[in-house]
Amino acid sequence: MIKIFVPRDSSAKAVGADQVAIAIAAEAQSQNISLQIIRNSSRGLAWLETFVEVETANGRVGYGPIEVGDVKRLFAAKFYEGGKHHLGQGLVEDIPYLKNQERLTFARAGITDPLSLEDYISHGGFAGLKKALALSGADIVKDVLDSGLRGRGGAGFPTGIKWKTVLDAKAEQKYICCNADEGDSGTFADRMVMEGDPFMLIEGMAIAGIAVGASKGFIYIRSEYPDAIATMKDAIRIATSAKWLGETIQHTEHSFSLEVRRGAGAYICGEETAMLDSLEGKRGMVRAKPPIPALEGLFGKPTVINNVLSFAAVPYIMAKSAKAYQEFGMGRSRGTLPFQLAGNIKHGGLVEKAFGISLRTLINEFGGGTASGKPVRAVQVGGPLGSYLSADQLDLPMDYETFASNMAMVGHGGLVVFDASVNMAKQARFAMEFCAIESCGKCTPCRIGSTRGVEVIDKIVAGENRSGNAVLLEDLCTTMTDGSLCAMGGLTPMPVLSALRMFPEDFGLPKNLKQAAE
Amino acid sequence: MPKKPTLIAFETPHAGPVSELCLAHGNRPDALLEILHDVQEQLGHVPESTLPVIAHALNLSRAEVYGVATFYHDFHLKPQGQHVIKICRAEACQSMGGFALIAALEKHLNVKLGGTTADGKVTLEATYCLGLCASAPSLMLNGVPKARMTLAKAKALLTEINA
Repeated sequence: MIKIFVPRDSSAKAVGADQVAIAIAAEAQSQNISLQIIRNSSRGLAWLETFVEVETANGRVGYGPIEVGDVKRLFAAKFYEGGKHHLGQGLVEDIPYLKNQERLTFARAGITDPLSLEDYISHGGFAGLKKALALSGADIVKDVLDSGLRGRGGAGFPTGIKWKTVLDAKAEQKYICCNADEGDSGTFADRMVMEGDPFMLIEGMAIAGIAVGASKGFIYIRSEYPDAIATMKDAIRIATSAKWLGETIQHTEHSFSLEVRRGAGAYICGEETAMLDSLEGKRGMVRAKPPIPALEGLFGKPTVINNVLSFAAVPYIMAKSAKAYQEFGMGRSRGTLPFQLAGNIKHGGLVEKAFGISLRTLINEFGGGTASGKPVRAVQVGGPLGSYLSADQLDLPMDYETFASNMAMVGHGGLVVFDASVNMAKQARFAMEFCAIESCGKCTPCRIGSTRGVEVIDKIVAGENRSGNAVLLEDLCTTMTDGSLCAMGGLTPMPVLSALRMFPEDFGLPKNLKQAAE
Repeated sequence: MPKKPTLIAFETPHAGPVSELCLAHGNRPDALLEILHDVQEQLGHVPESTLPVIAHALNLSRAEVYGVATFYHDFHLKPQGQHVIKICRAEACQSMGGFALIAALEKHLNVKLGGTTADGKVTLEATYCLGLCASAPSLMLNGVPKARMTLAKAKALLTEINA
């Protein structure tokens, strides 16, 4: 039978994929063509959604972006046999955007049905968990350590060290918590894993559980991701009934159960200790460290907290070896990062590449420049707490250390592109405003500093003692950086100061701000 | 032995169903967010009168439950409009004209962000990122994400829901 693939990822559904699938089914029925529609995951070529694929003798052929109104003409072009159509993209595997990637974590993206265990296993799924079930906890931790994997949530802390701390902690109960509160604007890789390859996350978390001796895990998913929540819940149910989760996994002595918890629209709960409080049913308030969560985490017990992408990298490492993963990357940034091209960009989507790729390659070669066609003026990397980079900084390689030494951060790998129409004083003001809205309120520099920040930027823009207020803004940012309890207040100065320093003219300040202030 | 969870009778409106929702979560205090989500899904908002019922079931103080219900942007103690539009204000959507779209929708509905239309049909509120940043701008209509949004498309959605 003819196989047609219509993605079920929310980036496809949000532009009408469900309606396209229905229209294809209806048209096939009226033309008496027998075909099977599979709701696959997304390839991550967001500009081509809804991206419809057809299985042919030469491989899958793709068409996009397809809207309901295109369906009749697709049938007229015999797309179900791979026929020619002006929205045809040819053989999917040959599309340069895909072909030039190094997909380890997203190897199955767009290929499989997210909730088919059969698909998952036939594409290499659970090979890592099977291996882990036969290893000691210390051996698993060593593999993760040797792979060089660092926390993909943004902080870049070595995952293996975190796991070792929990492994070595003595406690009756330990927990594995997945931070799926992907609140950074410009990021959607976690969402794509949960909606598109949920068993991979389950596998990674189960391996973590076995490694450190934790029998229970939670996935904290933001409420803005209803599709991810539903898919993860279904996947947990399916994996549990197939004994990949629950008591005596695959008839071994290991047990690991998983539960999904919904967030409730608080950005701060992406901070790990605020997330723990939220998981305990409390206000999402940041905790002071120490104690570190690895020793006193959820309900006071030793807890591994990792981002979705960190857990999702583990099955590959276990299945293919730490060395195979470690061979990708540069410097101390090993492996691959799923970069997310977002904002004002022609070809937005997911690009998984080894660390070391430049912003320019990502934005121009993959992304095709801005969507508006105007020149790139600024790029915010690493979410709302990440720096704005100017168009002449695009040759920086994406590497944790290089970015840090340039007052920027790789973060979760999200890039938001802005064209020449952007006003950077407005962006700086928004960074402070966002901090004021989302601050948990526990520490003063963040709670009050953010509101004062909005006010002082308003004064600069209004022309009130510009140079004096610019000094005041820098001073306020220093206080927030040094005095805040967590990254919310501590990193909000990054977008603010980078905007001020790179684009002083947008604040009505002289181009050479540094000298003018001195 | 931990006390077996039991239903407690309250004489406030919705006390019965709310107690049952708590019980469905084993009256566990760590499930408070899930319970508040469930209450809001059933009743459209979290009436203040239900907070003592939840507090009692979970063995928490009323202040603790009130604190949680008011901390998170998702929970509403007052009724919302019949339909809810959550529109993204975050950076990726901004780069694609998100703020202009918000302003146009505010004008079209004659309501400010956070408000409800005079006929009670539509609540327009802000959200910060729906993870559709490569298809910006985006919004959520009654919990369903919609991307590559324009004013014309938003108006068409409003016509569909008859608002």
